[in-house]
Amino acid sequence: MSDDIKKIMFTVRNAPHGTIYVYEGLEVKLIMAAYDADISVVFMDDGVYALKQGQNTDELGIKGFEKTYGVFVDYEIENVFVDKQSMEDRGMTADDLLVIGEDEDTEAPIKPKVVDASEIAAMMAEQHNIMSF
Amino acid sequence: MKLAVCIYEGPYNHEASDSAYHFIKAAIDKGHEIRGIFFYHDGVYNVTKLMEPPQDDRHIANRWSELGATGIDIVVCIAAAKRRGIVDDVLVDNVRISGLGQLTMMAIEADRMVTFGD
Repeated sequence: MSDDIKKIMFTVRNAPHGTIYVYEGLEVKLIMAAYDADISVVFMDDGVYALKQGQNTDELGIKGFEKTYGVFVDYEIENVFVDKQSMEDRGMTADDLLVIGEDEDTEAPIKPKVVDASEIAAMMAEQHNIMSF
Repeated sequence: MKLAVCIYEGPYNHEASDSAYHFIKAAIDKGHEIRGIFFYHDGVYNVTKLMEPPQDDRHIANRWSELGATGIDIVVCIAAAKRRGIVDDVLVDNVRISGLGQLTMMAIEADRMVTFGD
């Protein structure tokens, strides 16, 4: 079946805190990565806030999950994208983005790739299924 | 077409469960196959037999159970369920608790995955 691996995209469109969608959605990504599927993740709209480094949920009294994004590359979730316009609308730049793993050879930190809407649209058109959290 | 349906919201509070139900009924009437139904987030509350709505209102859990009795695989996510106190003992018939692997298989095997929720 290796020649028939399905492409599945996750879109993350909600803010990381305030509702549980993004946190429980992260659990889905980590599980699905263990299966024979070609996974990609796109953060857009308020979802870009989930990728902001330096989050602290202590005063909210809820469990933070920002650090979990750091295992994405280890889990072979390497196709991670963030919408440029959504970041700009919220005053974020590429420097604000957290690290999702490191390069196997150089140990250089890997960050989500900033893409524009047309690139996202092109990727969406190739997907077998798209899930939103 | 082979469809899978995800439901993210709890019953009565949100229209997602009703919309999903009507969508599935309409899809079946049109001859489509339902590969599976997956309850996630607060969606896990849709299939507890502890609910007791007023008699002149729809009984959401029983409705899902009746759909499950037709042979459609209805799965409640175990991680989401445990977090919210939904266990085997409180489930209506014809619904099962299982893992996110089931959602994965639905996403892979269905031609379309349709999500109801915010």
